Amino acid sequence: RFGQLSSGSDMAPDWTMKEVSTGTTIMAVEYDGGVVIGADSRTTTGAYIANRVTDKLTPIHDRIFCCRSGSAADTQAIADVVTYQLGFHSIELDEAPLVQTAANLFKASCYRYREELMAGIIVAGWDKRRGGQVYTVPVGGMLVRQPVSVGGSGSTYIYGYMDSNYKPNMTKDQCLRLVSGALSLAMERDGSSGGVVRLAAISETGVDRQVILGNQLPKWSTA
Amino acid sequence: MAAYMSAGRSENAFSTHDFVPEWAQEEVSTGTTIMAVEFDGGVVIGADSRTTTGAYIANRVTDKLTPIHDHIFCCRSGSAADTQAVADAVTYQLGFHSIELDEPPLVQTAANLFQQMCYRYREELMAGIIVAGWDKRRGGQVYTVPMGGMIVRQPVSVGGSGSSYIYGFMDSNYKPGMTKEECLHFCTQALALAMERDGSSGGVARLAAITEEGLERRVVLGHQLPKFSNT
Repeated sequence: RFGQLSSGSDMAPDWTMKEVSTGTTIMAVEYDGGVVIGADSRTTTGAYIANRVTDKLTPIHDRIFCCRSGSAADTQAIADVVTYQLGFHSIELDEAPLVQTAANLFKASCYRYREELMAGIIVAGWDKRRGGQVYTVPVGGMLVRQPVSVGGSGSTYIYGYMDSNYKPNMTKDQCLRLVSGALSLAMERDGSSGGVVRLAAISETGVDRQVILGNQLPKWSTA
Repeated sequence: MAAYMSAGRSENAFSTHDFVPEWAQEEVSTGTTIMAVEFDGGVVIGADSRTTTGAYIANRVTDKLTPIHDHIFCCRSGSAADTQAVADAVTYQLGFHSIELDEPPLVQTAANLFQQMCYRYREELMAGIIVAGWDKRRGGQVYTVPMGGMIVRQPVSVGGSGSSYIYGFMDSNYKPGMTKEECLHFCTQALALAMERDGSSGGVARLAAITEEGLERRVVLGHQLPKFSNT
């Protein structure tokens, strides 16, 4: 119940036997005119941090991104497949694709292969029909649109913060502050989240990316 | 560091005996949210009121804030049986010690008694406890004794299955130097947020403020709890 003090093989380090995972904190928030998405930058193999500057905000199309959590391999593979499918669909349509279409493509793959995959994905972006939208596709393959969504192992620590600080009809800058605040709180508490905060704001005009380094993160007076 | 509540049994789609409901096979647990905050002059403690046996809510008005002595309380999370048994044993030990000493006992003493028992029997017990109270030597103090049996003093502590959801809220909203009323408001909000997200926490919010003057208990009923939903 309390875990083993030493792993099975004393010769091989823990991290050579564990799957690479984006144990992580990701989130996305809708605002009038677009979305703000954010993620931490830590990829772990067991206790080893395989990549401390990971980019978990992956472009799927010009104005559609996904935030990846779970197995790094699974989420990369799914994102590549959906990027291809969506690009093909967009060319056939001769139009920019809808965020809902991208989200449904993710759902289709995540649900069909739910037994083999470990992938929790948040799809967010802007399209002409419905503006800024956030769709969450957690482990298991359900799909639901939410004004705000958090995901990954660090997300549990910030549900209370999000419930009390999010208000509908926030501006883009308020959303950026909310997301960077929430991510820094989660990174402080979750051992599998950390590094830098990556942010992106997606709107009709395009994608605006930012990085907030460790020493520039909001600091909270804690116990 | 959270004192988690985990299910005693694995989830099966079909139980081996279909004629016995799932809750008759599960251990009674206070899957819960508990917390305690120090302020200048005392402590504020709080808990939800839900006790579950699997998915059944065995008691929806539980009192998880248990007096150990006149100015010392404990907040219980984990197995209801284990925490009641440990609290009873410590209440006896502390009362005896206090009579021998001819003085009110220290909060640190109570906390260490909890720690000794929770560490010695760590393999058998499932108990996450927060000990809080007031004494003349150090004023208001909060000590957390999570599963495993470590002990640490903290200005604020949260525990139980619902605690994970409010770490972010706690880290961003707690400020040192809050008054008693501010602490009560902070605890009420935190408990409401956790009860909204954690299926094993719910019911009413029970609060207590312990100072030199004594004890002040409050109950915040469901409909009076702060609301945060955006949907």
